This record gives sequence, C-alpha cells and structure tokens, in this order.
Amino acid sequence: MDISKATGIWVIGEQHNGILNPVCLELLGKAKELKEQLKFTEPVIAVVLGYNVEEMTEELFKYGADEAIIVDNPILKLFQNELYAAVLEDLIKENRPSIILMGATALSQDLASILGVRLNTGVAAHCVDLYINDENQMVSVVPAFGGKVLGKVLCPKRRPQIATVKPGIFNKHENSSHDKKVIKHNPEESLKGCFARMKALKEFKEEYKGVPLNEADVIIAGGWGIGSKENWYLIEKLSVLLSGAVGSTRPPVDEGWASESQMIGTSGKIVRPKVYIGIGISGATHHICGMKDANLIISINNDPHALIFEVSDICVEGDAKEILTNMLEELKTFNQ
Amino acid sequence: MGYDIAVCIKPVPDPKYYDKIKIHPVKKTIIREGIPTIINPSDKHAIEAALRIKEEFGGKVITITMAPMSSQENIREALAMGADEAYLLSNRMFAGSDTLATSYVLAQGLKKIGKFDFIFTGNESADGATSQVPGQIAEWLNIPHLCNVREFHFTKDKKVEAKIKIEGGYIEYLTTIPVLFSVSREVNKPRYTTIKGVIRARQKPINIFTVRDLELDNKYIGLKGSPTQPGEIYIPSIGRNGEKLKGDPRKIAIQILDRIRSVGVNFGKSK
Repeated sequence: MDISKATGIWVIGEQHNGILNPVCLELLGKAKELKEQLKFTEPVIAVVLGYNVEEMTEELFKYGADEAIIVDNPILKLFQNELYAAVLEDLIKENRPSIILMGATALSQDLASILGVRLNTGVAAHCVDLYINDENQMVSVVPAFGGKVLGKVLCPKRRPQIATVKPGIFNKHENSSHDKKVIKHNPEESLKGCFARMKALKEFKEEYKGVPLNEADVIIAGGWGIGSKENWYLIEKLSVLLSGAVGSTRPPVDEGWASESQMIGTSGKIVRPKVYIGIGISGATHHICGMKDANLIISINNDPHALIFEVSDICVEGDAKEILTNMLEELKTFNQ
Repeated sequence: MGYDIAVCIKPVPDPKYYDKIKIHPVKKTIIREGIPTIINPSDKHAIEAALRIKEEFGGKVITITMAPMSSQENIREALAMGADEAYLLSNRMFAGSDTLATSYVLAQGLKKIGKFDFIFTGNESADGATSQVPGQIAEWLNIPHLCNVREFHFTKDKKVEAKIKIEGGYIEYLTTIPVLFSVSREVNKPRYTTIKGVIRARQKPINIFTVRDLELDNKYIGLKGSPTQPGEIYIPSIGRNGEKLKGDPRKIAIQILDRIRSVGVNFGKSK
C-alpha cells in the first residue's frame, strides 16, 4: 500500500452480543493521542462488525471516535475469522488507513495476524506503549521474554501499521468529538467471495463469581507458595472481606485451586489496582509484567530473595498461611 | 487411511530463566548465555494432540522447525515423544524474520513436504508470544484455522468440531479438513519421553532444508522480507524500594491492613 496515500487511525472494536470489549474505548483514547502527534491531522475511525451493533456508535463517539464504520449483518453475529477478515480486508484496501489498533484479545489478535498476511504488512503484538516519532511513523513498544525486555517495533515501509494492545494497558477517557459521522457499510460483496470452510456454532459465557480482576481496587494474588486448596480458601476469604478480587499465577491454575480467568501476567490479565497483595508468589517475569503498575504492591514470601520483592513497596518475609490467618482474624474484629 | 499431520515447533530459551536475560551494554543485543533452549511449552501440547490423532486413526506425524542448526537436540525430543520425521528449515538468510516472514518460510516448507490434514502449533511462543504465526501459516496455505483450541472431536461426516477459549467464555466451531489448530496448555497433558522413545528417535530422520531446497520469493524472507523492523531494546526499570517487614505475624497483619487503608481503600470498620 502506498505510504503517502494512507491516512486515518482505525480502532477495530470487538463486541460480543452487542457488548463492546472496553479495550476498544481505551484504544480510542490512545488513537486521539496519536492524532495529536501526527504531522497532519487524520481522523480517528472506529470500526465495529457484528449483528445489531448500530447502537454502539454513541459509546464510540463519547470516547473519541470522529467517525464510526458499522458493518451490521446477521452472518457476522458470531466471530468467524475468515468472514471478519474478508470484510475488513476489503474495507481497509478501499479506505487505506495509516494505522490500525486492535485489542490483544484472543479473537482480535487472530484477526490482526490474518490481516498482516492479506495486506502484506506488519503487526506489533500486545504493545505496552504507542507513539509517533519524528518521521511520522508509529513506534510500538512490545514486551518480549515475559516482559523482561521491551523493544521498539517500527513498520517503516508498509501500511497500515497494525498494533494490538491488551485490555487494561491504556486508560479510557471521555473525549467527545464533534464530527460523529456514521458510515454503514454493506459487507455482502466481501462475503460473497468467501466460501466458509468453517462455521461458528455457538458462544458460551463463562460464569464468574465475585469482583472482576480489572475492576477491583484490591487484588489478592496467590502463587505456588500457597501450598494447598485449603490455604487458597484463606485468600478467597480475605478477598471477600477486602471487597477485592482473587488473582493467580500459573501454578495454582494448573493445580485447580484457581480458574484460568484469574491469571495475571503476559498470558493472563494486565491489572493495575490500588493495592496488589502477592502471597507465595516468587515473581516470574511473566507475572510481574501483569501487575507491576499497581499503586501499592505488598508481597508476602518466606524466601527473602524472592524476585517479587524487587518490585514491591512492602516486602513481608514470613509464612503465608500465618499472616493470612492473622489478617482474617484482625478483619473479624474490625467487623464486629 | 489415517491422517497426515504436521506440528510446528519452535526452540525457545527456557522461560524459567527470563529474569536472567540481559542486554549487552554496547552491542545492545540480548544476552541469553547459560539459559537452556527447550521446545516451546505450548508446542509440546501440539505434538501431543497430533500423536493422539495418529494413535486413534493412524497416519503420520512430522514436525517442522525454522531455527539454527543447533536446535536439532530439541527436535530429537519431539521425535522421542513419537513424531515420525522432522524437518528443519535453517539458513542464515532467515535471520531477522518477523512473524510474516517466519510464517511464509514455514508455509513454503510445509508445501514442499506434502499435503496435510492437520497442522498443529502451540498458541504462543514463550519468548515473543505474539500468537501470530499460527494464523499466518494458515493464511499462506489458504486453509482455515482456529487459535486457542481447547477441545475437538470428529463428526460423522469427517469434519471437526472444535471449542476455542476466548476472554470470558468459549466459541464452538465446525470446520472442514485440512485445518490448522493452535493449542494452549489446557488441551492435553503431553507425554514424557521414554528411554525406548529416545533410542528410536536416533533412527528417525531430521531432514534439513536450506534456502535452496525451498521455493522462496526473496522479498518475503529474513530481515528484508519483514515489514516490522526492530528498534531499540531495553530492560524497563520497575524496581521499587521495598520496606522490609519481618517478625510477629499479628503485628505484620495489622501493618498491612493499615497500609491498605492508607491508600484510600475502605473495608470494615476501623477500631
């Protein structure tokens, strides 16, 4: 794609049953910032595919979209990578945006990789920062080795420049724009050429009890050092008393103490609560990458050399179970 | 009868040691000395998935890897697990490949080796973790794919029903074969290698393809064929000056709760 002709910052939103994944709003905020940094102003355009998705435009405009491209069709009700990619490929080739931002979610990440091949361009994965450099190119800062290393990635000679970002990396801001132009795109032409070799049958929602990790002020996270399912209950109890959420590293998920949706880190969620309490967590880079931006970090570990202490504000050297039991005891007296 | 199955495997530095990774102060390159190279963890689950299909329905499992020649030891491990044959695509010209260039070379390698009913990959590599290569290989080969596959089974008419994990739920698909699945650790438990397996693996071929053995368009390979270009790398400073607490667990418990309250989190009644 001709670089000089590419213009526009696109944010491709992901929705499920008419509910927009909030990462789209976070990306709109970042898109607005990129717009300020670009040499010539380019519009921020939100793109949403699905069925019965027209009502979402208000939300998109409220968080910074100048325009919204809505692709509404019953065939797009459930995500199917071939169909979604076919529609987007045509839309992108026709409109030639210079930048495309997408969530680093399971589905959008998949879509981004397909678009990379079809548009013969680069995709920077799960970026932690984005900005425009002096040459008017987007610089994507991406973590490698579980977040131990950060690297800058550029896509100097091809357009669009595609980047994915995990939910929770950027903040969303209300930032209403003036234009509010809605473009309804009919995908039938694109879908016609698409012989579906695959069919989506149904989507299930996972039931989740308690406060979701990315909404909690307090997160109590446990690791291998918790030792047993019984001790894990202590963490759950503490989270209830602190109105917080329970987080986890990989081993408790493998042990069946915690569920996968509770995992924090590069292969789980990125969180930034007011308070993070890490208990029995050694501090593998993969986990630290997901919690290092918490406001207050408290860690409890019986190993004085645990790596997590290096990123903690309060380092408690001691027995996890003993301290947990005492905290629960104290909270009981508070609540009496 | 049976299925022809390919598994893509990538040797990676063992993620257990990522805190030991350093950056060379002058050359600004990654220093990973002393860190062992292993088969990417989720790729072992891909091997396992392939072996189980072969065991149930017959067929053949091959592995394919784009890596330096030194990775043959890792590839032997896949053969010891039970794969029949291995292919290693190795050439200096592949260095500096991003996901687009990597997936192109792997796809060209797969085309050269044969036709496959299934291609399995891990859903992400431990080092780069982009999750992009599986879908991109499928795109180059023009076959359907699903990422993050958790379960799958055959239907009566030789199609496959597969369930993928997404944030907060699952989606179920029905797909035709050939298909590429990327799998995560939850899909199965990879078998251990046995002594017998290791001995057998010595007899199995590792076929080596260099740039001359493949039909490659030079504008798609290596650093030049990669649309993304790496810039500066650095180790972010995330250290905090931790205050140390030790001693009486009750006193510590009270101190922790006080600190939580001090940042404006309310819970319970204060004494």
